[in-house]
Amino acid sequence: MLRLEPRAAPSRAMLLLSPLIALAVTVLFGAALFAVLGKNPLAGLALFFVEPVKNLDGLAELGMKATPLILCGLGLAACYRANVWNIGAEGQFVLGAIAAGGLALHAGDGTTRWVLVPILFAGMLGGMAWAGIVAFLRDRFNANEILTSLMLVYVAQYLLDDLVYGPWKDPHGYNFPQTALFAASTILPKLIPDTRLNIGFAIAMVAVVMMSLFMRRTLQGFRLIVGGQAPEAARYAGFSARKSLWTVLLLSGGMSGLAGALEAVGPLGQLTPHVSQGYGFAAIIVAFVGRLHAVGIVFSGLLMAMFYIGGELAQSRLGLPNAMTGVFQGLLLFCLLAADTLVTHRVRLARAGVRHA
Amino acid sequence: MHEFALLLASALSAGTPLALASLGLLVNEKSGVVNLGAEGMMLMAAIAGFAVAVTTGNQWLAFGAGAVVGGLLAALVGLLVLWLGTNQYATGLALSLFGAGLSAFVGLDYVGRNLPPFGPVHIPLLSGLPFVGPALFSHHLMVYLTMLLALGIHLFLHRTRAGLVLRAVGESPQSAHALGYPVRRIRLLALMFGGALCGVAGAYLSVIYTPMWVQGMTAGRGWIALALTTFATWRPGRVLLGAYLFGGVTMLQFYFQGAGVQVPSQLLSMLPYVATIVVLALMSRNPVWIRVNMPASLGKVFRPME
Repeated sequence: MLRLEPRAAPSRAMLLLSPLIALAVTVLFGAALFAVLGKNPLAGLALFFVEPVKNLDGLAELGMKATPLILCGLGLAACYRANVWNIGAEGQFVLGAIAAGGLALHAGDGTTRWVLVPILFAGMLGGMAWAGIVAFLRDRFNANEILTSLMLVYVAQYLLDDLVYGPWKDPHGYNFPQTALFAASTILPKLIPDTRLNIGFAIAMVAVVMMSLFMRRTLQGFRLIVGGQAPEAARYAGFSARKSLWTVLLLSGGMSGLAGALEAVGPLGQLTPHVSQGYGFAAIIVAFVGRLHAVGIVFSGLLMAMFYIGGELAQSRLGLPNAMTGVFQGLLLFCLLAADTLVTHRVRLARAGVRHA
Repeated sequence: MHEFALLLASALSAGTPLALASLGLLVNEKSGVVNLGAEGMMLMAAIAGFAVAVTTGNQWLAFGAGAVVGGLLAALVGLLVLWLGTNQYATGLALSLFGAGLSAFVGLDYVGRNLPPFGPVHIPLLSGLPFVGPALFSHHLMVYLTMLLALGIHLFLHRTRAGLVLRAVGESPQSAHALGYPVRRIRLLALMFGGALCGVAGAYLSVIYTPMWVQGMTAGRGWIALALTTFATWRPGRVLLGAYLFGGVTMLQFYFQGAGVQVPSQLLSMLPYVATIVVLALMSRNPVWIRVNMPASLGKVFRPME
């Protein structure tokens, strides 16, 4: 019979291996699912793991989809490291898109390209404001951030709906709930010509480096981590828990807001009720699978982007529902949590009869 | 006056799934485990219940299916959280994300399907009374069962030995373990009970309340139910009251629209979520009060010392 036995120290190898184990289990499940649905499992898996990286167009698409996931994931990772359970990146993303989109919508045709700077800043501020509400409610009223941040996702979505169905609706848009297309000067320049990859991906990569430096090389980053792992020690050292709370939430809100802005003035070029395809929620998984580590998040962001693209391909080529993406994402997180047991425990074969209570 | 009776009636009806889910979550939180997977369990149970109702035409089988699905998913969380010692927040969150995805996936064939209406129970004599008749005494049977359930859970927790053990496990798992109670098994049962009730709530939504299947149809009710246990300081009677209040807030938008108040419908739709935030902030304001009422080991990992 198998027995779990605590390790003396967490296994560093397992820390890196467990996301791979989780991925392997998810892939096996995916293959089984394809088989059950009467499709060739290998062909199905190829749509998820081969097609997106087959050529330049595919890679560009992958980078574009990974951009919001990486940005939101970075911010969330900082929150989780500090033991602040922000699960409302989706709402902060939407607010960023609203703020940036509002500015882009009102920029005339003659504006210079530099208008993008205030647009992206507006997005960041929008996301920060939304996360700031969460920080304020927790700081001032002790309100649970899990619930407030999640409730604000719904509020943000209705706010967006109200704008695109109401005052911001395109007057020439045949009554569709969407804004007019933004002026060309407000659209992000391309990173690789003739693909959809824009400078948003470069911005995300800069964010990865900055975030990594912040968490590993600055005192404030150190304070956050200590506050998250050992609150008593942090208090003894005089690190302010309030300051940590505000720092991580504003940071995370700013990142998510920036991601929303990049999406609005990037691939979308207008606001619709569907600016986010659940990126803020998927980013929670990205953060955990990336081990709350900046570089890890790049990989997990790309992986999650593969799930998105694979889901779309499975829909268009095999006629399978797009909802599969969500199934795989959720499953991956489940498997990861289970596999993480191996970081702190080892599996031992125990003979029957010598079981302890 | 007639509109107000209808508002009251719809508040009871809209509050019932919130109350069911929240009463269930209250029990597992009393045992010291928080399950953030409520939303995912409700969604999975909603589609399972709907599928069973469409196939069999029997609403009680649908409730049963919802309860089984909710209970099994909660058992999965229990396995991870109790035996593998995973983080309770992350694990519940994983279930919510997974449930949202899987329910959308399996529910595709049921989008746009219709159900025969399962009618309300008109309580003889009482339902004929003016005003209170339509407001209070002409509901689906589940509405009344939920009220009885709140009473039952209250009595169980505070008047039975098993309830005392459950609360002891939530307050001090180490002491309960030392006294020889199987802490993890008790918590697993409490989790499954909570999941089963979330499941019944989900099935009520898709089979009775709406009645149809739409992707993501729970619209955050699982999370509101989680917030309700805190508002109600883990007391069944207050959970019931809070759920009806929130049901009323949900219904207020239709009431306003009927009364011709000119507010964009999206802003009115925000009301339940904004109300949750406001009430949560007000109730949490006093940390001592929350700490006194909250099960002491809530959210913490328990490892029996060997």
